[in-house]
Amino acid sequence: MRPYLRYLLPLAIFLVLVGFFAAGLKLNPREVPSPLIDKPAPAFDLPLLSDVGKKFSPEQMRGQVWVLNVWASWCGACRDEHPVLMAMSRQGALAIVGLNYKDTNAEAATVLKNSGNPYQFVAVDADGRTGIDYGVYGVPESYIIDKQGIIRYKQIGPMTANVLREKIMPLVKGLQ
Amino acid sequence: MKLSILKVLSALLLILPLLACTEARPLADDPAVEVRLRHLSHELRCLVCQNQTLADSNAPLAQDLRQEVRELIVKGLNDQEITDYLVVRYGDFVRYRPAVNAQTLLLWIGPALLLAIGFGSLWWTLRRRNSLLADIDNNDQEEKEEEA
Amino acid sequence: MIPELGQFSLILALLLVMLQVGFSFIGATHNNQLWMSVGTSATRGQFIFTGMAFVCLAYAFYANDFSVLYVASNSNSALPLEYRLAAVWGGHEGSILLWTTTLSLWTIAVTLFSRHLPAVFRARLIGTMGLISIGFLMFCLFTSNPFDRLIPAALDGRDLNPLLQDPGMVFHPPVLYMGYVGFSVAFGFAIAALLGGELTQQWARWTRTWTTAAWIFLTVGIAFGSEWAYYELGWGGWWFWDAVENASFMPWLVGTALIHSLAVTEKRGAFKLWTVLLAIVAFSLSLLGTFLVRSGVLTSVHAFATDPERGLFILIFLGLVIGGALILFALRAPQVGLGGRFGMVSRESFLLSNNVIMIAATGAVMLGTLYPLFLDALGMGKISVGPPYFDAVFVPVMTPAIFLMGLAIFSKWKNDDLPTLAKRLKWAFAVSAATALLLPLVLGKWTPLISLGVLMALWIFTTAFVSLRQRLQQRQQGWLPALFGLPRAYLGMIVAHLGVAVFITGVTMVKGYEVEQDLRMSPGESAQIGGYVFRFEGVSDAVGPNYIAAKGLFKVTRNDKLVAMLVPEKRTYMVQNMPMTEAAIQTGFFRDLYVSLGEPIGDDAWAVRIYIKPFVQWIWGGCLLMAAGGLLAILDPRYRRRKKDEQIAP
Repeated sequence: MRPYLRYLLPLAIFLVLVGFFAAGLKLNPREVPSPLIDKPAPAFDLPLLSDVGKKFSPEQMRGQVWVLNVWASWCGACRDEHPVLMAMSRQGALAIVGLNYKDTNAEAATVLKNSGNPYQFVAVDADGRTGIDYGVYGVPESYIIDKQGIIRYKQIGPMTANVLREKIMPLVKGLQ
Repeated sequence: MKLSILKVLSALLLILPLLACTEARPLADDPAVEVRLRHLSHELRCLVCQNQTLADSNAPLAQDLRQEVRELIVKGLNDQEITDYLVVRYGDFVRYRPAVNAQTLLLWIGPALLLAIGFGSLWWTLRRRNSLLADIDNNDQEEKEEEA
Repeated sequence: MIPELGQFSLILALLLVMLQVGFSFIGATHNNQLWMSVGTSATRGQFIFTGMAFVCLAYAFYANDFSVLYVASNSNSALPLEYRLAAVWGGHEGSILLWTTTLSLWTIAVTLFSRHLPAVFRARLIGTMGLISIGFLMFCLFTSNPFDRLIPAALDGRDLNPLLQDPGMVFHPPVLYMGYVGFSVAFGFAIAALLGGELTQQWARWTRTWTTAAWIFLTVGIAFGSEWAYYELGWGGWWFWDAVENASFMPWLVGTALIHSLAVTEKRGAFKLWTVLLAIVAFSLSLLGTFLVRSGVLTSVHAFATDPERGLFILIFLGLVIGGALILFALRAPQVGLGGRFGMVSRESFLLSNNVIMIAATGAVMLGTLYPLFLDALGMGKISVGPPYFDAVFVPVMTPAIFLMGLAIFSKWKNDDLPTLAKRLKWAFAVSAATALLLPLVLGKWTPLISLGVLMALWIFTTAFVSLRQRLQQRQQGWLPALFGLPRAYLGMIVAHLGVAVFITGVTMVKGYEVEQDLRMSPGESAQIGGYVFRFEGVSDAVGPNYIAAKGLFKVTRNDKLVAMLVPEKRTYMVQNMPMTEAAIQTGFFRDLYVSLGEPIGDDAWAVRIYIKPFVQWIWGGCLLMAAGGLLAILDPRYRRRKKDEQIAP
C-alpha cells in the first residue's frame, strides 16, 4: 500500500491550499495591524485647534486612559463615526483627544461647530508628520492609550457602536 | 482679436528670457538623492493602494512618505535605517522585500528547496524506473527462454 | 426585454449543458452511441444560448440600457462605442460571462475537431468540459448575474474605469481568457484518459495540439497585458509581479512544462502520469487565478470588486473539480505503465529537467504570492512580498533552464553522453561567453546580471544556429528549400526558443541600460538625454469624447534632425473625475522614447518624466515569437494525419 501514498501527494497539497483559502476568505488583506501596540505612544507637541498659541502633547494625558482619534473634515467615514464619538464623550468613560490630520483649521472648526465637539483637545497635524509617526494610513483611526502612555489598541476605520461596546469598553475597564 | 495678439506677444516676451537658458532642470534639488529615493521607493509598499510600490503611487500618503524618505536621505540615514524607520511605524507590511527571519525562512529558502526536491525526485525516479524496466526486460527474456 | 432574453438564454444553456454532461457520461458508461451523440448535440445548443446571452449583454451596452445594474455600473452614454462593447467584460459579472462563453467556444471546437477520437473517450471529454460549464453558468446565474435590473433605471452610467478605456481592453481579456480556458481541454483529455485507463502515446499526441493552442493564446494574452501596462500606467514598467499577473503566469509556466512533457510522452510513451498530472494542474491554476482575483483574499491593482460570498462559491467549485480530479488521479495512477526506457543523459531527461525547473519556478511564484495569506491565516502578522523578492528568486531558478535549452536541442532521444554534447557545443559556448564578457564593456556598463543575460540570450541564439546548420547540412539541397523541408514541429521549437532569447535580450538591455529622468520643464526648455534632445514646446487643452486633457508637445531631435513629435497627455475623465496619464511613446527596433507628463508645478512649468528604453519592444516581440513557434508546431502535418493513424491504430 505504501508506494501508492505518493499518488495522494498532489491531493494533500491541494487540500492544504484550500484550507488556507477558506481561512483567507474571512481575513481582510488590506488591514494592516499597527506595530505600535504595547509600545509607548510617540511624543509630539502640536498647536491646539481652539487656540493656536497653545500646544498639546501626550504627556498631558499621563495617568488617564484616553483615545487619540485621527480625523479630518474631508473624510467621509469620519462623519459616520462622529455620532459614536459624541456618545462616548457624553458617557465620559474616557477622554477623547482629536488629531486633526492634513486639514485646514477653518474647515475643521466649522465641522465641530455644526455637529458638536466630542474632543477634550484637538491637536493640529497640518502636514501629516505626526500621522506618519503613528503609522496612520487611512482616516479615521483611533488609538487607545493607557495611564502609562502605552498604546493598547488601534481601531482602523470608523468606530461603531458595536466596536465600542464589544472591544473598546471592556479593554478600557481593564485598564482603569 | 487684438487682445489675443497682445496676449501672445506678452507671452512671447515672458518666454524670451526663458529661451536664453533652455536647459531643463532636474525636478529634484539633488539628483543623487532622487536616485536613492527612486531605488528605495521601489522596495516599499504604498499602504493605501491596492498593491503598488511607493514609487508608482500618486496617493497623497505615498507622496508624504516619499517626501519623508527624501528628508531622511538628506539627513544622511542609510537605506537600512530608513526602512527600519518606516517598519517601526507601519510594520513589516511596508517592505516589498520581506526581512529574513524565522517567519519568512520558508519563503526565502523555498524556491531552492523546491529545486532540490524536484531534481532529487527526478534522479530517484529515473534510477528506479531504469531498474524496474531492466527487471521487466530480464523477466521477458526468462519467459521467452522458458517458452523456448 | 433583451436582458431578460439574455438571462433566459443562460438558464437554457445551463439546462442544455446538464443534458450534455448526463448523456455523455451515461452514454460512455454503457457505450450507447445514441446517448453519446445526444450529449454532443447538446453542446451546440449550449454554445448557441451562451453566445446569445453574451450578445444580449453586449446589446444592453450598445443601447445604453442603464436599467441593467451591470451596464449602469460599467458604462456611460458618453463612452465611445468600442469601449462600451469592451465594457461587457469590464467588470466581474461580464467577465465571468466571457469566461463561460469562451468555454463553450472551446467545447464546440472540440466537438468539431475531434471526430477521429474514439466515441467513448470523446463523450467523456465533452462531459468533463460540461461539468466545468455547469459550475460557471451556475456561478453566473446565482451570484454574478450580469442581467440584474436596476429599478428605477439610472439616468446615466457610472462609466468604465478610465484605466480600462484603452484598445488594450478590447483585445487583452478575450485573448487571455482563450488561454486560461483553453487549458480546460487538456484537463478534459486528462480526465477522459484517467476514466478510461487509456493513457497512450496517441493520447499525448491529441492533447499536445490543444495544449499548444491554449498556450499560444495565453502567451499572446499575457504579452498584450504587459505592453498595455507599459504604456498606460505611465511609469514604463511592464511586469509588476502583482497577484493577478502571477495568477496568469503560473498556468503559463505549467502549460510550458506540459508542452515539453507531452513531447516525452508522445515520442517515448514515458512519464504519462506526470504529464496527466500537469494537465490537471495547468487548468487548476487557471481556476485558482479566477478565485484569487475575485474572492478578495489578496490585494491587487487589477482586482475586480471582490466579494467573499463569490469567493466561497468558487472555492467550493474549485474543491469539487480539482479535488475530484486529483482523487481520480490517485486511484488510477498505480495502473499506468512505465513506457520506454532512456538514460540519465538523454533528451527525455533534459526535457524532464526543464519540467522540474518550470514547476519549481511555479512553486516559487506561488509561494511569494500566497505567503502573506499563509502568515495572516496563521495569525503571524502581515507582510508584503513584492517585485524585489520575485526578481531575486525567479532569475536564479530559471537560469539553469536556459542552459538546458541549448543542450536539449542537440541531445538524442534514449541515450546521449555529456562529453559528445560538450564537444559539439564548445564553440557555441565559447562565443557566447566571450561576447557576454565583452559586450557590456563596449556598451559602457558591466554588471554580472547584464553579462548573465547576454550569455543566456546568446547561448540560445548560437545553439539554435548550430542545430539549424547541422540539420540543413544533412539535407543535400539549397539552404532555402532545405529550410522549408524541415519538420514544422522542429522549426516551431527553434522559433519559440529564439523567442525566449529575444525576450531575455529585451529584459537585459532595458534593465541594464535604461535612462530615466525626472525634470521640471517650462515651455521652450530642453533636456539632453542619451544623445537625444527633448524640447518642451508647451501644453494645450484638448477635449475628448468623455474627458478633458492637457496635451504636452515635445520635439525630439538627434544631431539636429527631427526624430519624433511626442504628445503625452494628462487626462481627466469627467464621470469618475479621475486623472489619467497617457504617456507618449515612439517605439523603435532598438529603443523606445517615452515621455510622460506629471503635474503642473507653477510658472508654466510641468513635472516631466522621460525614459529611453533600449530594446524594450523585444520583450513582447519575444513573446510573439514564442507564440509563432507554437503555431508552427501545431501546423505540423504530423498532427493532421491523425485520421489515418486512427483508422490504422487498433
